[in-house]
Amino acid sequence: MADISGQAGVSAPKVRIGQRGRLADFTRRLFREKPLGAFGAVMCLVFLVTGLFADFIAPFGYNEMNPIDRLKPPSVEYFLGTDQIGRDVFSRIVHGARTSLIIGFSAAFFSIIISCVIGITTGYFRGKFDMLVQRMVDAWMSFPDLVVVIVAVSVFGPGMWQVILVLSLLYGIAGSRIVRSAVLTVKENDYVHAAESVGVSTIRILLRHILPNIMAPIIVLFTTRLAAVILVEAGLSFLGLGVPPPAPSWGGMLSFEGRSYMFQAPWLAIMPGLAITFVVYNINMFGDALRDLLDPRMRGSGLKQKLDV
Amino acid sequence: MNYTSEAPPLLEVRELKTYFRSDGGIVKAVDGVSFTVDAGETVAIVGESGSGKSVTALSVLRLIPNPPGEIVSGQIRFAGTDLLELSEPEARKIRGDRIAMIFQEPMTSLNPSLTIGRQVGEPIEIHRKSLAKVVREKCVDLLQKVRIPDPERRVSSFPHEFSGGMRQRAMIAMGLACEPELIIADEPTTALDVTVQAQVLDLLKELTRESQAALVLITHDLGVVARYADRVNVMYAGKIVETGTARDIYNDPRHPYTLGLMNSVPKLNNGEKAPLEPIEGQPPDLSNMPPGCSFEPRCPYSTEHCRSEQPELSLISGKHAFACWVNVKDVS
Repeated sequence: MADISGQAGVSAPKVRIGQRGRLADFTRRLFREKPLGAFGAVMCLVFLVTGLFADFIAPFGYNEMNPIDRLKPPSVEYFLGTDQIGRDVFSRIVHGARTSLIIGFSAAFFSIIISCVIGITTGYFRGKFDMLVQRMVDAWMSFPDLVVVIVAVSVFGPGMWQVILVLSLLYGIAGSRIVRSAVLTVKENDYVHAAESVGVSTIRILLRHILPNIMAPIIVLFTTRLAAVILVEAGLSFLGLGVPPPAPSWGGMLSFEGRSYMFQAPWLAIMPGLAITFVVYNINMFGDALRDLLDPRMRGSGLKQKLDV
Repeated sequence: MNYTSEAPPLLEVRELKTYFRSDGGIVKAVDGVSFTVDAGETVAIVGESGSGKSVTALSVLRLIPNPPGEIVSGQIRFAGTDLLELSEPEARKIRGDRIAMIFQEPMTSLNPSLTIGRQVGEPIEIHRKSLAKVVREKCVDLLQKVRIPDPERRVSSFPHEFSGGMRQRAMIAMGLACEPELIIADEPTTALDVTVQAQVLDLLKELTRESQAALVLITHDLGVVARYADRVNVMYAGKIVETGTARDIYNDPRHPYTLGLMNSVPKLNNGEKAPLEPIEGQPPDLSNMPPGCSFEPRCPYSTEHCRSEQPELSLISGKHAFACWVNVKDVS
């Protein structure tokens, strides 16, 4: 059996084993192949840090009023100017990032959970169960989103958790089809049958053999959901259906201060508007890059790795 | 090893019928198959694609996807219990623990996102409920057993870092993990290079002999059968048409189909350009079988009798039986 060891000798030294190697390799590829995506990733990180450490970054409290400095244009003291009651716009945007962050990540996270539960069970079990649940999904999706949101907010009242709940349901149910279609292809793989043949229980097959193999579409789905949720939350707050004032939210700033003082103090509208656009754009760029890099055709191919090194 | 014929066989399949529902009607993939496997014995099931070999194997493990498939009738007795009467959780306890299966495609039979160790150790983890550390140690032992070099490091490799032969070895290791009494290998080497095929089969044979497990070898390769099997079942269109010891089948093939299979193997020693002798025609449509012998349309010896009535397996000596109205020996 001399040739076996020979075989291993060729392939063994090249391969770096373990998860850390993969992540480092992925980051390297992101920066080399997708510079715009890498920029988006860095900006997402900035957004994340801003939201998490808002209290340390913001020079003023989000509701701290300095009545003397009303409607001041951007200056050294107030980076992005002040609003009609003398609140620092920069501080409010930084705290608004936290609101967007909490709503964005929670709603995207819960919607993915909902998508996975519905998508994986219907895709794996098929049959009548799939038929029934998917027709309910169809029915849900043929209902206008905004109507659902307005009804929910008028029933539960406005607030951060209400928005999260409604958006999770809305996007979670719609996203279940993407997860389901991914499951349909994965579950036909021999390794799923092989797992069945060694007595693996159904729940374990779903969690260990199917879920890890649909992570790529799920991650991409998460980034698109994150961007969409932030945008929709801004829209809802603009309409007064989102986070109630005085809590800072970008959509709310655009609506309450920005709209009323657009001509006297244009920075009140421009700054939160730019924040929304910038964050959503960068999340989308990052998401696009992820989608390309996580493409199953490029994933796990030893050849590709060898060529890179 | 236990070769006494008085002891009840380890596995006894009796009149197994597995049908699939399709738009074109009921496909009788396995239609009344009976065979036995004694402890420690290697039994081959031979036949061309679509003859029902794999479905027979999957039926034994009760892994027929339902719908569209269904085990319609029959008995599968394994060490005294009828597998078809077990509940699903009970069947799950037997799978991978007492009966293991090795699949055809090593390239796709391993989960790309789990390490080799986690997969090879999965049967132990499930059936023995051992600690992660113990499982890992056992995995290293198993990989060593199937001669994967540097097993300590290889347990944490991912499948894409393995070659085809190594993956099939890993699959064998997974099959052996719980020291099953019966291993079913469904064309274990079809997807491998010819040079690796013999290595993998030798290894499989050696390891099953070591652990005294019985082996059901499903293949279409008569060379493999001759070298590794104690007994052979030849399948055609969902039925066993000839059964016997490997010696019986090779020295004294009686069914025209077996004869055809033998003749279609290319021979290197007689003449420079001996033409290949294929079996003419196609296997019958399993949802629309002829009333008589299923091989009749392709059979060079067919008679009027063959068209009207199905032949049954009839014993000619010891364990050798075949299902044909014609005595090939007389005709030729």
